[in-house]
Amino acid sequence: MDSELRELYQQVILDHNKSPRNFKKLEDANHHAEGHNPLCGDHLDVYLQLENDVVKDISFIGNGCAISKSSASLMTAIVKGKTKEEAEHLFEKFHDLVTGNLKDANEIEALGKLAVFQGVQEFPARVKCASLAWHTLHNALNNKEEKISTE
Amino acid sequence: MIKDLKLLDVHKIRKDFPILHTTVHGKPLVYFDNAATTQKPLCVIQKEEEYYKTLNSNIHRGVHSLSQKATTAYEQAREKVLRFINASRLSEIIITKGTTDSINLVASSFGKKFIKEGDEIIISHLEHHSNIVPWQLLCEEKKAVLKVIPINDKGEIIFEAFEKLISEKTKFISVVYVSNSLGTVNPVKEIIQLAHSKNIPVLIDAAQAIQHFKIDVQGLDCDFLAFSGHKLYAPTGVGILYGKEKYLEDMPPYQGGGDMIESVTFEKTTYNSLPYKFEAGTPNIAGVIGMGMAIDYLNELGMDLISSYEKDLFEYANAKLSAVEKLKPIGTADQKLSVFSFMLEGIHPHDIGTILDFDGIAIRTGHHCTQPVMQRFGIPATARISISFYNTKEEIDFTADALKKVFEVFG
Repeated sequence: MDSELRELYQQVILDHNKSPRNFKKLEDANHHAEGHNPLCGDHLDVYLQLENDVVKDISFIGNGCAISKSSASLMTAIVKGKTKEEAEHLFEKFHDLVTGNLKDANEIEALGKLAVFQGVQEFPARVKCASLAWHTLHNALNNKEEKISTE
Repeated sequence: MIKDLKLLDVHKIRKDFPILHTTVHGKPLVYFDNAATTQKPLCVIQKEEEYYKTLNSNIHRGVHSLSQKATTAYEQAREKVLRFINASRLSEIIITKGTTDSINLVASSFGKKFIKEGDEIIISHLEHHSNIVPWQLLCEEKKAVLKVIPINDKGEIIFEAFEKLISEKTKFISVVYVSNSLGTVNPVKEIIQLAHSKNIPVLIDAAQAIQHFKIDVQGLDCDFLAFSGHKLYAPTGVGILYGKEKYLEDMPPYQGGGDMIESVTFEKTTYNSLPYKFEAGTPNIAGVIGMGMAIDYLNELGMDLISSYEKDLFEYANAKLSAVEKLKPIGTADQKLSVFSFMLEGIHPHDIGTILDFDGIAIRTGHHCTQPVMQRFGIPATARISISFYNTKEEIDFTADALKKVFEVFG
């Protein structure tokens, strides 16, 4: 199999696609946002329980390709317990990573498991799949209830 | 009568399309996204180039030689379209930017004059967004009502439901000939006959039909027919609206500007005759001339031969691809052509598209601008293979094997 393809569909991504973490509706959420990518029909809801600007709990539900689903899953795992500011910072770095603008090896390493999405930069058509969950999280954090679209 | 044994020589035909000899990710391109747009034969590409090199000037304006030659070439393309769809009057062949533009023209112009509050317009559940949204906009503006012919689980319209939808209030019907997301061929002749028995005009969206079989607008008796050049092996940005003169004459202009007027004063403007009344502004002249060339090319191959080759290839594709394990075809109409839409169990179409791309295979994944069709089947998207006469059985075999690889990636 092509190495570039394996680079995109890494084991971690396939695993999170198959068994997404925090894949449920958070009943006691106090923040929520809906994200949509009309290009491929990806659609997800992010639920947050935000206390004093700390993400106490987070979940998502939705429908999407392996990249978008695993990205949402990994995001929820990593953002839980982080402050709003930290989460926003991660989004910024993650966005740089998938668009190929994060070059520094240390910075990439600092992203932990999120670094598996580095392969996405070779697939411009898939950047929106990887970042949909993060855009939606950003809106949920800022309590923008309106539906966001990555198109 | 001796049976015509002439067959399309696909390997010879492929030489006419330069792009088919390029590579993607180091693999020969296998182009199966023909419903999105078709590739262009060299003669069409050269025709456009030749226009800019030797004829470029504005049409219908200058007295100088170049302008006259360009005008002649442009109007010859209109004549080619007329013969291609067997229309009888040049005044009924309006050159547009494409199918979307053609449908918007009718919705806007016919709608402005003839649609009133409480009137009903019928479309089908199979429509492309371009044959939904213009009518929704019109209905919103006029407080008219949009009615939708439902489809069954195979992706066929339910004709009895259509019969029930038609009423005294129905003022216009606009339906697709061939579905771009499922390949279903609609019984448009029957739809037109029933509509005409109640004096209702019908527009046929032929965007996915015109390139696959001969269309005879007089035989069909449709009142309007819309299609795009770029799906007919011609350049992008050009299309056709065929319309019956009896409607076009009474319809107000769609856009105002140059070329569509007879005389302009600040007090009163009178409009040019048909078809120019609907052709404001300088068009894509090179593209239109290129479309004329594409029609010549198709005529030379023969639309009947194209149809029979594509039918045979589609049957082969249908059998071969349906046999792929865990593959579920979406849309199983009895009358179907060119389009094979499918899902692979547990794998999102977008991932299928990316993985096939690595083998040089170009397919479309998504909702195909037919979200209501996706909603009907309860799915967000499909993967779609759409064939042309330059595709081969070997390409189908190669794609069927590549689909098995998708499961390897996902383990």
